[in-house]
Amino acid sequence: MMKIVVAGNGMVGQKLLEEIASQPDIEVTVLCEEPRAAYDRVHLSEFFSGKTAEDLSLVSEGFFDQPNLNLKLNTKAVSVDAAAKTVSTADGQEIAYDKLVLATGSYPFVPPVPGRDRGGCMVYRTIEDLEAMKAWGAKSRKGVVVGGGLLGLECAKALKDMGLETHVVEFAPRLMTMQVDDMGGALLRKKIEALGVKVHTQKNTLEIVEGAGVGIGGRHVMKFADGGQLETDMIVFSAGIRPRDELARLSGLKMGERGGIVVNNYCQTSDPDVYAIGECALWEGRIFGLVAPGYDMARICAQHLMGQAAAEFTGADMSTKLKLLGVDVASIGDAQGSTPGALTYVFSDGVAGHYKKLVVSQDNTTLLGAVLVGEAEDYGSLLQMALNKIPLPEHPDELILPAREGGSKAGLGVDVLPASALICSCNNVTKGDLCTAVEGGATSLGALKKCTKAATSCGGCQPLVKQVLDAELTRSGVLVLNHICEHFEHSRQELFHLIKVGQFDNFDDVLLKHGKGRGCDICKPTVASILASQRNEFVLKPKLASTQDTNDYYLANLQKDGTYSVVPRVPGGEITPEKLMVLGSVAQRYGLYTKITGGQRIDLFGARVEQLPLIWKELIDAGFESGHAYGKALRTVKSCVGSTWCRYGVQDSVKMAIYVEERYRGMRSPHKVKMAISGCTRECAEAQSKDVGVIATEKGWNLYVGGNGGMKPRHANLLASDIDDETLIRYIDRFLMLYVRTGDRLQRTSVWLENLEGGIDYVKKVVCEDSLGIGAELECEMQKLVDTYECEWKKAVNTPETLKRFRHFVNSQESDQNIQFVDERGQIRPMNKDEKLAAEKVS
Amino acid sequence: MTVEPKWTLVCGLQDIVPNTGVCAKVGKTQVAVFRLVTPNGEEDGVYAIDNFDPRSGANVLSRGLVGDMENEMVVASPVYKNHIVLKTGRCVEGEEWSVKSHPVRVSEDGIVLVRTG
Repeated sequence: MMKIVVAGNGMVGQKLLEEIASQPDIEVTVLCEEPRAAYDRVHLSEFFSGKTAEDLSLVSEGFFDQPNLNLKLNTKAVSVDAAAKTVSTADGQEIAYDKLVLATGSYPFVPPVPGRDRGGCMVYRTIEDLEAMKAWGAKSRKGVVVGGGLLGLECAKALKDMGLETHVVEFAPRLMTMQVDDMGGALLRKKIEALGVKVHTQKNTLEIVEGAGVGIGGRHVMKFADGGQLETDMIVFSAGIRPRDELARLSGLKMGERGGIVVNNYCQTSDPDVYAIGECALWEGRIFGLVAPGYDMARICAQHLMGQAAAEFTGADMSTKLKLLGVDVASIGDAQGSTPGALTYVFSDGVAGHYKKLVVSQDNTTLLGAVLVGEAEDYGSLLQMALNKIPLPEHPDELILPAREGGSKAGLGVDVLPASALICSCNNVTKGDLCTAVEGGATSLGALKKCTKAATSCGGCQPLVKQVLDAELTRSGVLVLNHICEHFEHSRQELFHLIKVGQFDNFDDVLLKHGKGRGCDICKPTVASILASQRNEFVLKPKLASTQDTNDYYLANLQKDGTYSVVPRVPGGEITPEKLMVLGSVAQRYGLYTKITGGQRIDLFGARVEQLPLIWKELIDAGFESGHAYGKALRTVKSCVGSTWCRYGVQDSVKMAIYVEERYRGMRSPHKVKMAISGCTRECAEAQSKDVGVIATEKGWNLYVGGNGGMKPRHANLLASDIDDETLIRYIDRFLMLYVRTGDRLQRTSVWLENLEGGIDYVKKVVCEDSLGIGAELECEMQKLVDTYECEWKKAVNTPETLKRFRHFVNSQESDQNIQFVDERGQIRPMNKDEKLAAEKVS
Repeated sequence: MTVEPKWTLVCGLQDIVPNTGVCAKVGKTQVAVFRLVTPNGEEDGVYAIDNFDPRSGANVLSRGLVGDMENEMVVASPVYKNHIVLKTGRCVEGEEWSVKSHPVRVSEDGIVLVRTG
């Protein structure tokens, strides 16, 4: 039994544990100074946009229940006795080891400015730091981040998310000195300032002193070397990191001159039984402050620990792609062009706010580096090009110039990449690994991510992973074509567009113009749904009727025996006793089976086709309308009772649910849409499992999207917080219409969102920031549907030619004798086969 | 109008919405009768098969969507979406779900007639 002690349970330490946990004959003790196990520091700023510490956790359920793992939280390692092979902890424990791994990470560097320890001056590293920031943020109006690098800008976003007037103070002449050049830095600054963040460069802070402000508004004054000063309520230092190496230093391990624990290619320190990985390790004089190299070290260390043939650490590519305050920034390889003889290509679009630079070799054949600001879509392919030394095209500038109309962009397909090309550097997944997984049956993006872990950490490589998937599927002959069926060589999204542009109003014309053959049970309902989403005409109009799906065809839900079920709309689940009695008496009169649905309404089963109009008539006369339970359309808006009755409710969720349900009723979409509205954070309406979920807050509403119950449950994503009624409706309008326009056939919002490039961030941009400039258009399209809504049952009952459809025989008034019921628990149910045979014998 | 004794009158051709079906009672049998029209609006024949769908055990085939599949005109059962070739009654997804097809014609004055057996 080998005793391993791991000091530190950050991202890299946790990666190591994942690598070794399943090995036999080991016993691992993990010393974690923090009160919680590993969490995702890369996405730390999301703590301010609604994520909780649990959401950020990197530990899968039950991980530390494994008997060979012993996690000690709140336990800081303070010294190592290399001779005795023991580690001592702050609380006096002494733990023996055979092998020790130091994964102590780094600490934020705070410049030695007088006044840096005043209340409200803090750092940005742990969840506890974030909690302190939140606490101070609540009593501040203005906040300053010291440091305009990657972490500093992340931190600025956090301050901005808290609603503070946000300032960034940077010592260097530009933002992100390490990653971008002057022009890129200038554009980044412009974009960030446009978002309301004030940037101060070339500022050397001399001291921080007591401000004149009483309470909120100028607790501190920062005094700069150039004579300027800045008042603020709180200050967050984010001016770089330093390795946490004091444990190693005290233990006599070899250290770098400026800190860091010296390691060899196997991550061993000067004591071969002690390893160091991640940001505390110094390899060939370098500290790697990114997660991907840390993960690499963890893997190499794990193999070496276990005595396996280990790979060697050979340094790491420090290319990064980030979204800082909503601005895409990417930096590849030699971004500064410091290679001797390097040439550059620059493209700058001041209107769109894009800046792109390529650094190429002196002979113009290979890509050495790149800087992308404002738009970084090509990051993945440029990175691959640089890493794999793929020959540049004849005109390398085409790689960064926008595609002209009619032409497709040059650039490179994934086909030219070798199998060894590293696609996901966070999780060390190569193109070859992806291809093997696709061959093994992972044929969707979701499955591929799950199976290979690619694109599951920073997500930057997701577009590339998708490209590899598509290329691989096409190559292996799988029909990836997103063509909806053999009759149309178009995806649903393309068809939606074609139908809109061509102003079509029926299936045949669309087929003649854009399709072939006669259509089928796939494309007909798809086109019918698109037409309904755009024109909202009565679905049983003669030209449209023959293209409707089974249930739309009869405005009711077909059951296994050929009967139908009827669901009237009960907006928000609120119903008067009088209406309840009507439902009861209708069910009684027609002998229907009744059941309460999951969506807070009542389903009436066992109606024969000829009974449907009669039942509808009675329901309509009592004030009911169609519930569209039969349509790929809005179903219900579930609600809790809200602030009118509930002791805890903070908003009137029932009122809002009724408003929302009546607004979107009848809206046809790629698949059914369910919504819910909860009156407080107790979430009794289960809104986070709905396509659109709304949860009341003290200040307004939180809007969630993309949730699902059912076969593949998915928690919804937060789209916007604390918004007012009007904004809520505007965002729902936009979100739904975006889904209606771009969703695939029978694709729920959850799957749509998962497959959408850019995911929830993209949707946020389009819906909340109107990044595509289509917000008003989407709202207008939705308003048209709202204005043209008509109850389909009422329309059917009042249209004689439609009514003709509602009989079983065209040449007889008889009913279908094959439909037979038996009693069970006081209600009807369809007879099964044996019961029918028995009944026949008797007669 | 001459009606041969064996033929059962279903309805007028115009009573069937193009590219949909109706169910006719022909003796004791339920027959699904479909009227096909091309996208250009030309009449493309009338077809008759059993209305009974062996897969679901329900009389529903007349309510299915029609279309073409591998160059044959088919109807998709509204219950489990298995496809029946209109000309022959063969089920594309499995012989056990195939049904009978029936002779059908349209008289000169536009009446649809079906014969079973």
